[in-house]
Amino acid sequence: MNKLKQISVYGILIVSSIISIFPFFFMIVSATNKSVDVSSGKLLPGTNLFTNIKNLLATVEIGQALLNSAIIAVTTTVLALLVASLAGYGFEIYRSRAKDIVFNILLLSMMIPFAALMVPLFRMFGTISEIAPVIGIDTLASVVIPTITTAFLIFFFRQNTKMFPKELLEAGRMDGVSELGLFFRIYIPTMKTTYAAAAIITFMSSWNNYLWPLVVLQSPKNQTIPLLISSLGSSYSPDYGVIMLAIVIATLPTALIFFFLQKYFVAGMMGSIK
Amino acid sequence: METTNLNKSIKQKSEKYKFKPKKGLIGWIFILISVILICLFYFYPMLQALLLSFQSGAGVNLQFVGLENYTRLFSDPTFLAALFNTVIFFLIQVPFMIILALMFSVMLNNKKLKFKGLFRTAIFLPAVTSLVAYSVIFKYLFSNNGIINTILMNLSIISEPILWMSDPFWAKIVIILAITWRWVGYNMIFYLSALQNVDESIYEAARMDGASAFQQFFKITIPMLKPIILFTSITSTIGTLQLFDEPMNITGGGPGNATLTISQYIYDLSFEYTPDFGYASAVSFAIVVMIVFFSIIQFKLAGDKK
Repeated sequence: MNKLKQISVYGILIVSSIISIFPFFFMIVSATNKSVDVSSGKLLPGTNLFTNIKNLLATVEIGQALLNSAIIAVTTTVLALLVASLAGYGFEIYRSRAKDIVFNILLLSMMIPFAALMVPLFRMFGTISEIAPVIGIDTLASVVIPTITTAFLIFFFRQNTKMFPKELLEAGRMDGVSELGLFFRIYIPTMKTTYAAAAIITFMSSWNNYLWPLVVLQSPKNQTIPLLISSLGSSYSPDYGVIMLAIVIATLPTALIFFFLQKYFVAGMMGSIK
Repeated sequence: METTNLNKSIKQKSEKYKFKPKKGLIGWIFILISVILICLFYFYPMLQALLLSFQSGAGVNLQFVGLENYTRLFSDPTFLAALFNTVIFFLIQVPFMIILALMFSVMLNNKKLKFKGLFRTAIFLPAVTSLVAYSVIFKYLFSNNGIINTILMNLSIISEPILWMSDPFWAKIVIILAITWRWVGYNMIFYLSALQNVDESIYEAARMDGASAFQQFFKITIPMLKPIILFTSITSTIGTLQLFDEPMNITGGGPGNATLTISQYIYDLSFEYTPDFGYASAVSFAIVVMIVFFSIIQFKLAGDKK
């Protein structure tokens, strides 16, 4: 009886692992195959990789899209970390009843679905376009600006600041460090793990963001990776090998982050529930 | 270096001085940028959406129409279809995924299990994919002559291909399977880390009293993990009620409107059809109401069990 139970546990885990990995396997193998072979269900690596690379470069501006996505994700991450950690620190270190009320009001914004904000934001950036076209509709800046601050990230930093050794600050004050100096010279260097985890969360969600760029970006030169994949996927005569290659390239950065920074990745997930 | 030096000097000083929050304006300066940005990009647009929802018209020619948009909701078959689909996705997918994630976490929490790390990584791996990228892969995997049908037929599970993409029922199943594939491992990690904090001796005591594995699961594991289950079910609820990327890229909302979600309908109303921003805003408040409603219900359910 116990043996049977053990076998079924391993059976379930093996089958589930195969199901989890199969789409990755399919994607990588298909990237090396001709379109016909992919649609006929070939599951062995082929020899068409270099042709697929050539065709991909010929049909879409994947280099430009990678660059756009990278610019957006890096800018968002740097600004988001700075703004949210300042706030998380402020709410916790300079705690007062009034600030706690403000904090709770900010948290309410997590309940607002993006679909409800999309139209007003689009109209807002339409107005901005008339005054300052460089940050208006169809610019990379317009993707970054509304996504810099999330209540989640402020919450994340506040939760982690609870464990920050506050004696460090008192000591700094004794040594005559200014309040802003305490933040930049003591808090930031001490909280490296928190920043790393927050950077991963923000980078991933910015890299993968789809709906807002779809709304606000129009010209092909501003296309991001998710927009490019989506338009490739919905083309009328799809070249499956080429599409799968594009997806492999799009998935690579986040997969590498996961494999090399797994510790911070999980810390980022857990940091929100401490 | 600087911090280690500081560390030493603190140890001496902290005995004399206890940390007190500093009063005054300085604290507000730290939170100022965030407060402005959240008001500007969340609360102000939300207010705008509310005002827009009382107006109607094509493009920028908007007129005040009172509650007309809201009454229109109840007689709009596309909205009702999108509402139905979204609720179905939420009611089936969220519990299905949470139960699977709980099952995996209990299995992987077993100390005697071999290849634990391998299984954990494999099941978590889907969580690193971009929503658009995995959606496109699923679209091809589940196409009518795709690899899933081929495999199922070779294994003699089915005798003829399932029309995943052209049958309203199966199209919904594909969306549910896809989201579950993407998020089970993610949720499992939360449960696993919570389970590691549960004292093993509780289970030992239960086994001594003759509790079965099922009883242990429902009487010990579930109550112990309740806060974290609540957290994951609320975040999953908010996510599923806003579903957009997957139906957009796997089924395009079809066949017919069988997988159309509310977010997708708002997008269509605003940017695909002749833009009707007023009505689109009224539709978006349907999601707001549902998020608040289902979150409260879940809090209540979790509270009552105590």
